[in-house]
Amino acid sequence: MVEEESVRVVRCGGSELNFRRAVFSADSKYIFCVSGDFVKVHSTATEECVHILQGHRNLVTGIQLNPNNHLQLYSCSFDGTVKLWDYVDGILIKTFVVGLKLHALFTLPSAEDSVFVIINKEKPDVFQLVSVKLPKSSSQEIEAKELSFVLDYINQSPKCIAFGNEGEYVAAVRDFYLSVYFFKKKTTSRFTLSSSRNKKHAKNNFTCVACHPKEDCIATGHKDGKIRLWRNFDDDKKYTYTCLHWHHDMVMDLAFSVTGTSLLSGGRESVLVEWRDATEKNKEFLPRLGATIEHISVSPAGDLFCTSHSDNKIIVIHRNLEASAVIQGLVKDSNIFTGLMVDPRTKALVLNGKPGHLQFYSLQHDKQLYNLDIIQQEYINDSGLIQIELTKAAFGCYGNWLATVEQRQEKETELELQMKLWMYNKKTQGFVLNTKVNMPHEDHITALCFCNAEKFENPTLVTSSKDGHFKVWILTDDSDIYKKAVGWTCDFVGSYHKYQATNCCFSEDGSLLAVSFEEIVTIWDSETWELKCTFCQRAGKIRHLCFGRLTCSKYLLGATENGILCCWNLLSCALEWSAKLNVRVMEPDPNSENIAAISRSSVGSDLFVFKPSEPRPLYIQKNISREEVQWGVFVPRDVPESFTSEAYQWLNRSQFYFLTKSQTLLTFSTKSPEEKLTPTSKQLLAEESLPTTPFYFILGKHREQQDEKINEAFESELVQLPLTENIPAISELLHTPAHVLPSASFLCSKFVSSLLLSKETKSSEEISEDVDMEEGKESDDSDEENDFTEKIQDTNNTDLGEDLLHQLSKSEEKELRKFRKVDYSWITVL
Amino acid sequence: ASTSGAEHASARARGAAVERDEPPAIGIRCVAYNNQSNRLAVSRTDGTVEIYNLSANYFQEKFFPGHESRATEALCWAKGQRLFSAGLNGEIIEYDLQALNIKYAVDAFGGPIWSMAVSPCGSQLLVGCEDGSVKLFQITPDKIQFERNFDRQKSRILSLSWHPSGTHIAAGSIDYISVFAVKSGSAVHKMLVDRQYMGVSKRKCIIWGVAFLSDGTIISVDSAGKVQFWDSATGTLVKNHLIANADVQSIAVSDQEDSFVVGTAEGTVFHFQLVSVTSNSSEKQWVRTKPFQHHTHDVRAVAHSPTALISGGTDTHLVIRPLMEKVEVKNYDAALRKITFPHRRLISCSKKRHLLLFQFAHHLELWRLGSTVATGKNGDTLPLSKDADHLLHLKTKGPENIICSCISPCGSWIAYSTTSRFFLYRLNYEHDNISLQRVSKMPAFLRSALQILFSEDSTKLFVASNQGSLHTIRLLEGSFKHLHTFQPQSGTVESMCLLAVSPDGNWLAASGTSAGVHVYNIKHLKLHCTVPAYNFPVTALAIAPNTNNLVIAHSDQQVFEYSIPDKQYTEWSRTIQKQGFHYLWLQRDTPITHISFHPKRPMHILLHDAYMFCIIDKSLPLPNDKTLLYNPLPPTNESDVIRRRTAHAFKISKIYKPLLFMDLLDERTLVAVERPLDDIIAQLPPPIKKKKFGT
Repeated sequence: MVEEESVRVVRCGGSELNFRRAVFSADSKYIFCVSGDFVKVHSTATEECVHILQGHRNLVTGIQLNPNNHLQLYSCSFDGTVKLWDYVDGILIKTFVVGLKLHALFTLPSAEDSVFVIINKEKPDVFQLVSVKLPKSSSQEIEAKELSFVLDYINQSPKCIAFGNEGEYVAAVRDFYLSVYFFKKKTTSRFTLSSSRNKKHAKNNFTCVACHPKEDCIATGHKDGKIRLWRNFDDDKKYTYTCLHWHHDMVMDLAFSVTGTSLLSGGRESVLVEWRDATEKNKEFLPRLGATIEHISVSPAGDLFCTSHSDNKIIVIHRNLEASAVIQGLVKDSNIFTGLMVDPRTKALVLNGKPGHLQFYSLQHDKQLYNLDIIQQEYINDSGLIQIELTKAAFGCYGNWLATVEQRQEKETELELQMKLWMYNKKTQGFVLNTKVNMPHEDHITALCFCNAEKFENPTLVTSSKDGHFKVWILTDDSDIYKKAVGWTCDFVGSYHKYQATNCCFSEDGSLLAVSFEEIVTIWDSETWELKCTFCQRAGKIRHLCFGRLTCSKYLLGATENGILCCWNLLSCALEWSAKLNVRVMEPDPNSENIAAISRSSVGSDLFVFKPSEPRPLYIQKNISREEVQWGVFVPRDVPESFTSEAYQWLNRSQFYFLTKSQTLLTFSTKSPEEKLTPTSKQLLAEESLPTTPFYFILGKHREQQDEKINEAFESELVQLPLTENIPAISELLHTPAHVLPSASFLCSKFVSSLLLSKETKSSEEISEDVDMEEGKESDDSDEENDFTEKIQDTNNTDLGEDLLHQLSKSEEKELRKFRKVDYSWITVL
Repeated sequence: ASTSGAEHASARARGAAVERDEPPAIGIRCVAYNNQSNRLAVSRTDGTVEIYNLSANYFQEKFFPGHESRATEALCWAKGQRLFSAGLNGEIIEYDLQALNIKYAVDAFGGPIWSMAVSPCGSQLLVGCEDGSVKLFQITPDKIQFERNFDRQKSRILSLSWHPSGTHIAAGSIDYISVFAVKSGSAVHKMLVDRQYMGVSKRKCIIWGVAFLSDGTIISVDSAGKVQFWDSATGTLVKNHLIANADVQSIAVSDQEDSFVVGTAEGTVFHFQLVSVTSNSSEKQWVRTKPFQHHTHDVRAVAHSPTALISGGTDTHLVIRPLMEKVEVKNYDAALRKITFPHRRLISCSKKRHLLLFQFAHHLELWRLGSTVATGKNGDTLPLSKDADHLLHLKTKGPENIICSCISPCGSWIAYSTTSRFFLYRLNYEHDNISLQRVSKMPAFLRSALQILFSEDSTKLFVASNQGSLHTIRLLEGSFKHLHTFQPQSGTVESMCLLAVSPDGNWLAASGTSAGVHVYNIKHLKLHCTVPAYNFPVTALAIAPNTNNLVIAHSDQQVFEYSIPDKQYTEWSRTIQKQGFHYLWLQRDTPITHISFHPKRPMHILLHDAYMFCIIDKSLPLPNDKTLLYNPLPPTNESDVIRRRTAHAFKISKIYKPLLFMDLLDERTLVAVERPLDDIIAQLPPPIKKKKFGT
């Protein structure tokens, strides 16, 4: 099914959505944001990703609507090209090759056939604003080498450039000066603020600039939180400015509303400030936006704003300052202590998110599912404050339990530790705090693990700590006369010669617990908590410890700090083999015997995949990343792949994801980048991406049919459903972009005939062969999906579907499938 | 080495510092700018009116003493040189700027007057009264004459403004603005002002100021913190700027009507400018541009000169903030000026008895300086062996402020003068007791004095009266005898403001506000000579002992030395004029207010202004622009050669908090009177509390 290609390391989502200002479509229906090498098109109403525009080979650095055709979008990238897209269909129209690294893109309605880009030609930090003439040509790929220089020595950030008064002038700020270039006069005026040498004005560096859409007025943001409004700047002497001051910290971005009556500003305070009429006293706030506002943009229609935040999210805000939608990517601005985990329920990647939160990130859809507030305290953003940090987390019992550890250490002797155990609540579909343990240990907790074996009906958790103990916690009945409850208590405390406990690990069947005490590995019987045996290799402290799985469950693996990987046989209690490998990350695959180890060498990180039973690795990939790899995890695949090549077989059941020090999430893939993305997102239109709840079917499209055939029974209505909905001719007519449709006269007869009530819907398929083929492809896709969806469905409504299935046409089948996908779990709740 | 004696003395004098109860500071109520003469009239809450000459480095060249019942509420210039004020006693007063007295007072019969405006052509005067009436007066060459009343309004008229064509006026009252047609005297429009203040309804909205522009726009400022633009043709509100949480109290528009300035009760001054909306359109709009925070308290009055914004308020400072875009060359006018202290001497001292006489608005205080027997290094504060004594507290009778005062060098005579009376007292010292005896039966011509001076031997009293004449009186034990009156030069009635007498008692120098310095021979009772006139007013005068050289300081910071016997400038003075003063010396803020001499060091001239004390050593080379003017104390470890090489004639000490007076008591003792700004601020009512971030 999938062609065998070489396995490559690819970036898999989690890219910065906040790298550049987001852009609205002219009708405010869509919002565009850069995301790594792609441009994402989201619906502003539903937050759903509608298209991913892919084609750039490097980071996308700027997007702008085509001012002459508001259904088209320009984008520029570090790969030196400017691309023009039809964002409604997600089609690349043209590529203009400039050949220089492009840092930002600007378009002007007055300059029809050219765009402005920021480049750096000579020295590394001397940036220039140039205008690029886009030649008119019918070919797909056009060379655009005609550059004309506008401004030199500018800041590379696009926030520091703004065009004003319909392109009469361009304002650029850098350090302590504002320069304004007038296109007509071809002159530059420069206004300098007294620099930091003067202590009173220590921090009045310029940070951003915006131009009034109607008047000759430039707003600049400053490091000390001031906003200056410059006027009369066409006169070097008579220029004047006024100050607006509310922000206490740097102004990160500024934007004027479409009419220019209000100015929006934001910064580290995470408050969007709207200055009405540019007066200091008349301002409105939208507070508590969660993280530093990095960018602000305004829709051309004027009804929406959006703010991009440092925690990789975009908030769409109504004109009346009400947040209406949140597009959240992978949060990246904190240290990852918990490592990468997979939530067994949602298959989401779980790691540290916002300060004090765990984030659940869907790898499939490249979006954050939700945040779990672990610390549950107000986060105070102040440098130098020592915060409570979420250091460890683990899932247990198929996602029914979550254990977290948070710590705060102000001085050497003052350690605050807290362990929390969270139970999954099916009703609320979320984790609820069950037990809070203050100071579970005297010192830092080094590891925690659940016993995930099936035979253990009593959930068990083991924590190991630097204080030399490991503790076993079990779930006990905590009921009293008022209510039934369960809670966690400490069941056993173990230690070994006062050594620090560094790791703990349960065997697959849960019968054995391995705890490493510095250089020594101890094996405990999990029923009696008896010390069974010890292994000691004197090869340095144990850094990683794990049991083998399935056929290899008799092996125990340990990686030491001195760069030795040991494998012990638990039956013979002897060292099976050892290898010299400086292991940084060691992760077992839950679905196979394979274990992945990532070692660090001087040039980069190398991946080794092996089975514990044999010291020879199955697969080696050198230099998977230049940076140090910090964490890795195997994520089980929904659909197993079938790589025949022996080297890639380890990827069949699970996919391996890893996180580098700069928090880039990487994985291995054999597909080409075009294929890699989920095909379902390709043809989704905004209205179709509405959540398919039962209400949607009752109240939405099906309302009309109900009116028509109001006396018909429910089953027969189901049969009738496809009649108007899924006739290919209609969907073709409605969903094909207007510019590729044949003439209306040609389509008319087809369309009308398709509307006629026919006994056999096949007749409509016969009309156009190509449509049928498309249809076939689509249903293939949905077949694939169904393998998965059927598994998780409730049974009460599938019965109904199965009965009908044999007598339905293809399109009807499809509709039914769609219907079946509906989540009816809410009925059980009622 | 030459300065160490003086500095040592200064250490001693500071040790003997006097702590006194300060009188209340007097805030600024109105300012009026006169475009023709480039002069600024400032009135204070006690009724004092001061005239500043903006062309002469903002020197306060004239002043009219205050009066308890004459609180001014409005001040304006008419026809170039005529100054009118009106106040809460209901009178309109015209000042005589030559004789420095009040020409006449006319009661408007409308209760307290809150506002006044002169018509654009300068022939009519309009006053707004407590009873809601607006009264029109005709200005005749020597008086004003009531013409008619406008339609009476319900409440007091707090602000008035003429349309530049003179056909309409705008009057700000409480809660509304009225527009009157001057011809008919009837109200054309009544524009109600919103009482709301940040959503909260205040009781009343007081229109503190209005300005009528030639295009028919009326700008109003009110107690709700708003600056509003009205269309006078339709009587509608055009634009609203909420700029303060407190009252906006004053407004002044430039002559070109392209910018205006408002002052708020929070101490902030806002500048508004008329800027074009886009560079290629003719449409213009008013935009608030720069805020200035130079005041701590209410800005009660603002003025707009062509090149500067002028503001004054409760915190007693007069601030002149130049508009950088209007300043052509960087000179004295291009810097921010803050005038706090009067440019005249309010303290006199008796060298013999170590007494200081302090002059206040309504009383005099006599103090005896403490002394010390200890010695110490430069800069040490020495312990007092004898504390300073408050000997005398002399209150004036009547509501008038004291104009001038003096104590004789021997300490046995005190003289002071108000606008209508002259007082002379004899002091008798019996051990620690002191008795005061008023010399009665003052002659009729001694009614009011602008300046009083005793001769060095305390036998003669010189009085400059406001008719321009100088009286010489011989003092006897308990009585006096009028010796002579020097009449002013033919044709001039200019009053003399500064006097100086030579220590040998032969020469008397007198200077007016503008003309040159006259030197009189006292023995022969005739005019000896006149020092050639100079463009800038004289700020201080003194005659050196022995040489009888007259030292003159001008407001442009020039210092001249004129030899009286030779009737010409001295060689040193010519040299320094040829070479020019150091640029930093010329850029100083405040005028020199006192000059004195060291009896044993004839080459030294001691002078001071509010921020520095300087000894000019005429024997040393003059500094040029490359040398350091304000040299710190030379490091002691350096050799004498280097010290001598770097030494120049100007030895300046800037260690003082604002310095009001400094004089040499004897060869080794110098007395300095400081007035710390914090003390002035401490007396003021608390400013409006503003929430500051991070506190």
